[in-house]
Amino acid sequence: MSGGASRTTHLHELHVSLGAKMVPFAGYDMPVQYTGIIAEHRHTRSGAGLFDVGHMGQGRLTGAGAAAALETLVPGDITGLAEGRMRYTQLTNEHGGILDDLMASKIGDAIFLVVNASRKESDFAHIAGSIGSDAALEILADRALIALQGPKAAAVLGRHAQGVAEMKFMTISAVDVLGAECLVSRSGYTGEDGYEISIPGESAVEIAQALLAESEVMPIGLGARDTLRLEAGLCLYGNDIDETTTPVEAGLTWSIAKRHEEGGFPGAPVIQQQIADGPERRRVGLKPDGKAPVRAHAEIRGKLGETVGEVTSGGFGPTVDGPVAMGYVKSEHAGAGTPVDIMVRGKPLPATVVSLPFVERRYFKG
Amino acid sequence: MADMKFTKEHEWIAVDGDVGTVGISEYAQEQLGDVVFVEVPDVGKSFNRGEEAAVVESVKAASEVFAPVDGEIVEVNSGLEDAPGTVNEDAVGGGWFFKIKINDASQLDELMDKAAYDAYTAELD
Repeated sequence: MSGGASRTTHLHELHVSLGAKMVPFAGYDMPVQYTGIIAEHRHTRSGAGLFDVGHMGQGRLTGAGAAAALETLVPGDITGLAEGRMRYTQLTNEHGGILDDLMASKIGDAIFLVVNASRKESDFAHIAGSIGSDAALEILADRALIALQGPKAAAVLGRHAQGVAEMKFMTISAVDVLGAECLVSRSGYTGEDGYEISIPGESAVEIAQALLAESEVMPIGLGARDTLRLEAGLCLYGNDIDETTTPVEAGLTWSIAKRHEEGGFPGAPVIQQQIADGPERRRVGLKPDGKAPVRAHAEIRGKLGETVGEVTSGGFGPTVDGPVAMGYVKSEHAGAGTPVDIMVRGKPLPATVVSLPFVERRYFKG
Repeated sequence: MADMKFTKEHEWIAVDGDVGTVGISEYAQEQLGDVVFVEVPDVGKSFNRGEEAAVVESVKAASEVFAPVDGEIVEVNSGLEDAPGTVNEDAVGGGWFFKIKINDASQLDELMDKAAYDAYTAELD
């Protein structure tokens, strides 16, 4: 972020002491890598990776009308959330575009929110200004957030916390970790099994160090976080979704509740129409046929040379061991197997539209 | 090794007679991180100094490799196609990109020697 000093998370000194390469990200000084993106990526898919995501925004909606109030801002079903359940949804604008994507979880009388770092100020202002008097937003600025991801995550966390191994994907629970009251959810952004752990700030370093002391765990930077989520087909806000893309175009209709039929959230008419008629463009996976990576903003052409879309995320997938990308194409080109060209340095590189994800997700469903 | 010179854009050129072998510096490979793709030019192609002659892609981004001098490509390191990581492992040796027949040797005088380049990169950090 230009201008202003970088902010830091509770784990900043730990990153520096671990030899991380630090970069500015969403106004924070964050670790992009420790040993190398490819090694960190592969370790997360085979062992367990510890990520600092404390730059993300955490908040708590309370009051009798909390769930109903949030439901006026998102197309997801919030009033129907059962205790201890977590839901992925989006804040939408009046055009059906996405202001941010977020996780909303029901814990007791409160809705716990996790939003993107780059959007948290505007999200919280938007929510606070829209929820009315039956709900109140508390911004949890002094909590840290870490993610422990990978096939060994459950075994590792199970040594430090009771009951976490049995938790199912997209559930959340208040859990004592090393004496600190944490909120542990079985969720993540890698396609692997794992957890996100919201920690009182003063306990963050101790818990992170205890997890890093386990032989299966390596610290993982934002570089591998991006390659992992790209292979898992997950959207990055600002790249793959933004105020100009709707949840339907983005392939997120699964996260929109039946209540879309009644409306009652910003952009409902646009989203209802796109669900009924099909959107004009869709987010798809793109597999370049060759070895050259394609990057965000590259033009996608049909085989007649006509522009059919644009890449929104792209790079090298270490597990795929080759280039992977996603982007938007006109719906008639969105079928899996459709051949396209992606323009890189003025040359058309052949690629194929594929179903997402590139790497099978391995969530724990019990 | 023959006399090695460096550009501000972090290419190195090792001169042997009228042919220079070109790659990217240790500093550059370190900054890029894991190299996953390299595109080398066609043999026989000519470049002016400062023109984009090759491309090196890390996990995160694509970067240009510029011709350090005017000249014609006489050989390329086709091994990088299957083993781009050689650029990380041996940037100033086996990770070379291309050999260029130097048109005007006086252009080499404008490049940095190792000591000057090391001082230059120390300033960048």
